[in-house]
Amino acid sequence: MSVGAPKGLASSGQKPITEILHPLSAAEEPLSVTVNVGGDKEAGLTNGTPVETSSPASASSLFNRLQLDDDLEADVRDLYASTETRDLFVTVDDPKKHVSTMETYITYRVSTKTTRIEFDLPEYCVRRRYQDFDWLRIKLEDSQPTHLIPPLPEKFVMKGVVDRFSEEFVETRMKALDKFLKRVADHPVLSFNPHLNAFLSAKDLNKRQGLALLTKVGESVKHVAGGYKLRARPAEFCAMGEYLDTFSQKLGTIDRIAQRILKEQSEYLTELREYGTVYSSWATSEEELQRPLEGVASCVKTCCGALEDQSESMSQDFLPVLREYVLYIESMKNVLRKRDQTQAEYEGRLEAAILRKQEDRTPMPVEVEKCQDKVECFNADLKADWERWQSNKRQDFKQLLTGMADRNINHYEKCQAAWESLITLLQDKQTEDKTSETN
Amino acid sequence: MAEDGKEESVATDDESDHTAADGTGSLNNTMVEEGSTLLRRMEICVAEAEKRSGKNAVNMQETFTVYLIETRPMDAVVEGRNPAPDALWRRYSEFELLRNYLIVTYPYIVVPPLPEKRAEFVWHKLSADNMDPDFVERRRVGLENFLLRVASHPVLSNDQILYHFLTEEHGWKEVVYETGFQAKADSRLRALSATFRVRNPDKRFMEMKHYSDELQSHTSQLLRARARVADRLYGVYKVHGNYGRVFSEWSAIEKEMGDGLQSAGHHMDAYAASIDDILEEEEHYADQMKEYLFYAEALRAVCRKHELTQFELEMASQDLISKKQQREELATGIVRTFSFKGMTNKLFGQEAPEQREARLKLLEELIAEGEETVKEKTLECEEHVEKAWVDMQRFKEQKDKDLREALINYAVMQISMCKKGIQVWGNAKECFLKM
Repeated sequence: MSVGAPKGLASSGQKPITEILHPLSAAEEPLSVTVNVGGDKEAGLTNGTPVETSSPASASSLFNRLQLDDDLEADVRDLYASTETRDLFVTVDDPKKHVSTMETYITYRVSTKTTRIEFDLPEYCVRRRYQDFDWLRIKLEDSQPTHLIPPLPEKFVMKGVVDRFSEEFVETRMKALDKFLKRVADHPVLSFNPHLNAFLSAKDLNKRQGLALLTKVGESVKHVAGGYKLRARPAEFCAMGEYLDTFSQKLGTIDRIAQRILKEQSEYLTELREYGTVYSSWATSEEELQRPLEGVASCVKTCCGALEDQSESMSQDFLPVLREYVLYIESMKNVLRKRDQTQAEYEGRLEAAILRKQEDRTPMPVEVEKCQDKVECFNADLKADWERWQSNKRQDFKQLLTGMADRNINHYEKCQAAWESLITLLQDKQTEDKTSETN
Repeated sequence: MAEDGKEESVATDDESDHTAADGTGSLNNTMVEEGSTLLRRMEICVAEAEKRSGKNAVNMQETFTVYLIETRPMDAVVEGRNPAPDALWRRYSEFELLRNYLIVTYPYIVVPPLPEKRAEFVWHKLSADNMDPDFVERRRVGLENFLLRVASHPVLSNDQILYHFLTEEHGWKEVVYETGFQAKADSRLRALSATFRVRNPDKRFMEMKHYSDELQSHTSQLLRARARVADRLYGVYKVHGNYGRVFSEWSAIEKEMGDGLQSAGHHMDAYAASIDDILEEEEHYADQMKEYLFYAEALRAVCRKHELTQFELEMASQDLISKKQQREELATGIVRTFSFKGMTNKLFGQEAPEQREARLKLLEELIAEGEETVKEKTLECEEHVEKAWVDMQRFKEQKDKDLREALINYAVMQISMCKKGIQVWGNAKECFLKM
């Protein structure tokens, strides 16, 4: 029942949740071992099956059961699966600038290593630009509307405000594209999407061609008939919607706070620079005090530099990620809305069919059954993706916030070092003076 | 500065103004060692401040603050006896009176300044109210500092009026007025006029005067800039408090992430709150700078006094010269320069010999007086130059030492602030890692 994926492969493409490394951490960050899947109540509640053990492997069996594609063999296999069940590895790196008469743009190298049979070759190396990633995402959304597609970094950047070709900007964007692609590649369903295949392997991505491989469910969900009213949304989807609303709101607040801090810091920096120059100019009228005063001026200058770095870094790395998430949440809410529509259609048709049945005893039409399938499919996909999303979100924010803490710590460390070296300088002079006095 | 740790803890607040980072109170020692100053014989501190109300000169009710001055004989302290200190209350205006007296009586001394009368260079959260307890406390420290500086000065510490100030509560004001110091004060106009008209001031004093202008300009710039920086830094820290609230709200909708977020939020609140203490401590540094801002004024006053004495000497010399010329003309009949007498002689004829004799005699007397005056003025001028130069050197050394220590202490404060920041963010990071 999984969208387009051949049976059985769904499990071999998965990794147990707990072992999905955060894409940006490579091998360093040990995934939080405190993740107790036994505490993952959401999953436990939704399908009612008890979690046998709290080993990581059981997470994957749980995951499998959430896929309607109940491959019991796969369950058993996965219970003893090694961490190397992943068979598709992607990386985005090596940004290069291209200058043509029409435009200037950046391309990135997209490298793929895989053992999957869907791919002709085991390795690929292509160059893609942001537009291509955008195309991929749109295609994924269109063809897999019941799934949550990972977000892309913001498309539009205000010219004049942000330098699209600055090292930092390109670096940040590249990391976000890498994260996006890795998440797609890790997704048990999305990773088998033919558009992804094309993206990773085609020499030239002919976007206008549009691969006509839309899946059944994709098509049908796209053409959901409007005008149906939803009766009762299952509690878990209500909860998802509420969560997303509140979360989005909180993220907006955090964004505003972060921006305000940057503004205050900038004004502080202006005054601090001026303050430093006062010491320098005072030093010119002093003899004995000249060095100490210049020392202070220099320390203040160092602190200014450190703060500048921190502010820039927050602006480049922190705020964009926050904003991505807000967009991401919007797209997720869209998916929830589509789910509602699908359910509404089913309920509407069911009701109509029941009435007709009562009248003239015709059997349950096939469309109604198809609708039921659609709804159940959608619900299952969504639930599975929700867990994945929650886990990724947790990683993302852990990284984001520790990054913020690190930047602040780094800034204070630089300042502390500067002032400490000043004290050493001044105290050396003092002992120098003292010994010369006694001599 | 008090010599030993038996001093009440209030006095040690003052030590932060002057002690080196190693905390041994080296300035302390310098102040006490020079000569046998009052401070060697007597322990002084300004222990408390209290609000009083009473009727003032125009019979209106007013509220003011009085400060408790405690003194103890040093030998008792050294011997380990702990007699109860003698104590009396003084208000700020009495300190002002003392200082004015000292300025007039010792015009060749760079007289230590008083703490500011009204709060200036205030950044917005700091109170500009004279009755504010923090301001009163800092002023108490400043007044103690003033007394200690004066009592350890090789010249000022021997003054009787100072001794009375510290020991006799009642009737002190009358004694001060009886010295008639107010009459001796130079009029502003006279001093200003001298500055413009003096011909040959001592070059060293002119340089020193220029330096005092620089010192004043730079310290006031520094204080203003520092207040602006403090204001902004306050804003930065306080905005972080908002993270505390939003993390708390966010944690309510999270499961695994909830605890980590909540605790991190508390650390953000702590971070925002920490700025209050940090900036309060920095006020001590500002007070040290302020002292030297006001010291610059005292230094300039000594230079101006030189200009005045030099000017008066020049005037007296000039006067003597012109009188001697007059005598010459009268004696020889040769008129070298234009004179009224010369004109009238030409017009109306020579005067009678008796009149000439009388005038000559008068002139001789005046010349004798003039020579005495020139001698006096020369002595006054030279004495002033000599004594003032010594004290200005002493001041220079003191200033270099004090300000260097102040800068070191400032650096220490900055390091402490950085360490606090690292700690708080480190704690927050741990919470984030547990999310």
